[in-house]
Amino acid sequence: MTQDSPISFPLPDPPTLYHPAPLLSELREHRPVAQVAFPDGKLAWLVTRHADVRTVLIDSRFSRALATGEDMPQMGLGSLANESLIAKDPPEHTRLRRLVARAFTARRVEELRPRVATVVSDLIAGLRKQPQPANLVEHFSLPLPVQVICDLLGVPATDRDRFHGWSDAAMGNWERDQDVMAGAFISLGGYFMELIEAKRAAPADDLMSALIAARDDDDRLSEEELITMGIGLLIGGHETTANQINMFLLTLLEHPEQLEWLKANPGRLDVAVEELMRFTQLGSSTASLIRVTTEPVELSGVTIPAGQAVMPAIGAANRDPGVFTDPDRLDLGRAENPHIGFGAGVHHCLGAQLARMELQEALRGLLTELPDLRVAVPDSELRFKPTMIVRSVEELPVVWS
Amino acid sequence: MTWRLRVDREACIGSGMCAGAVPEAFDLDADGKSRPVREEINPDQDVLDAAVSCPVEAIAVLGRDGEEIPWD
Ligand code: HEM
Ligand code: SF4
Repeated sequence: MTQDSPISFPLPDPPTLYHPAPLLSELREHRPVAQVAFPDGKLAWLVTRHADVRTVLIDSRFSRALATGEDMPQMGLGSLANESLIAKDPPEHTRLRRLVARAFTARRVEELRPRVATVVSDLIAGLRKQPQPANLVEHFSLPLPVQVICDLLGVPATDRDRFHGWSDAAMGNWERDQDVMAGAFISLGGYFMELIEAKRAAPADDLMSALIAARDDDDRLSEEELITMGIGLLIGGHETTANQINMFLLTLLEHPEQLEWLKANPGRLDVAVEELMRFTQLGSSTASLIRVTTEPVELSGVTIPAGQAVMPAIGAANRDPGVFTDPDRLDLGRAENPHIGFGAGVHHCLGAQLARMELQEALRGLLTELPDLRVAVPDSELRFKPTMIVRSVEELPVVWS
Repeated sequence: MTWRLRVDREACIGSGMCAGAVPEAFDLDADGKSRPVREEINPDQDVLDAAVSCPVEAIAVLGRDGEEIPWD
């Protein structure tokens, strides 16, 4: 590999679902801070080592707010990328995040566990009634996170059909028309304006009502921020959680001896979910959202000048042999596991504790109630939505006996 | 008046949120876990905000007599 020519980005798709592109591992070893070129010619630095990726995510010399500028390469998230928590730097970010943080702490999430276990059982009961092969995405992986976040926010689950198409479109993808994404975002905004008015009239014990009170009683966020926060919370965790459920199942089926171990050791589900979080490649390009340097920063001996785009490759960092023993091996009982599958720093996933609990309950339900669940088609027949950030399978046909 | 700052290292999951938000007050050690840069600090809203936002409630901000400083 030559040291100076930029590499085309996105990288070619990896040959398997279960590992990062071989080029990423090569880069991590030989060129951990590499310049890449987007199709439109914009340049960015791709960072692949665990320590460097953590620095990019945590160190305040890397800004998310600057990354939303017109001249920066844009990917994924569509309009959400410009308006929500993920688009702000401290202190603005801090002010907004603290308004929602309490609803997502480990302690609060534990209180929701029995309710989530019930949702899991109900969905599995519904799945069983389907003719086989049944689509796991439609009957389980997607409705679970949607139902859970709707409960938490106080969004009527019956409205799901209204917002699902918009949320799909608002997340956007590399090729998608900017107008389509913007239109979907506007529709979601209209939906939330209605919902907020309804809740103003009749507040309930839910997160949207609490946010409305923070707006109306204490003026701690603007009306626009209130709407954007609602949209972000509603759609932010769907695809990610659904994708992880699908990928966790595929990964376990690909590692039958590990799957047997987990069935025999249900008490280790929490550790197993951490290992699956580390192992699973969230998107095919495995890069997280771009940051921009506010001053020159040195990473692994390379000085990145101020004002440049930097992409932290979380998927590659989670396979760094300097941090994880035998990193490309799935080891569900792995003891030391400082993976960064939920990011790090001020943007560390707001829903991390919630997602962990949902994933634990989802696996517990599937493994105990449908112990011989199998995917009915080979991996080569799975089709994925072309998003940059999250790789989501359109349909996952499953069978059981 | 000074505050005292504590991080429960057993509880800390190394999210890096506090150190990302207020690097003057929180530092990540080699294990990626947080610790206060100084145990005694001047009252600081940013530190309170970081304590509120810790996903596992590992940060305690205490007054002189060990009482918890209210978050709001
Ligand atoms: C397994 C499922 C999930 C995964 C893998 C995941 C992953 C991530 C990652 C990597 C980030 C950091 C992005 C960055 O810094 O560039 C993030 C941020 C975020 N996630 Fe998640 N997430 C998941 C589930 C959820 C859920 C269920 C919610 C629902 C509340 C959620 C809400 C958010 C929000 C609001 C942010 C932005 C936080 C901020 O900027 O302060 N996520 N997520
Ligand atoms: S915010 Fe909490 S969990 Fe995260 S590093 Fe700080 S103390 Fe640890």
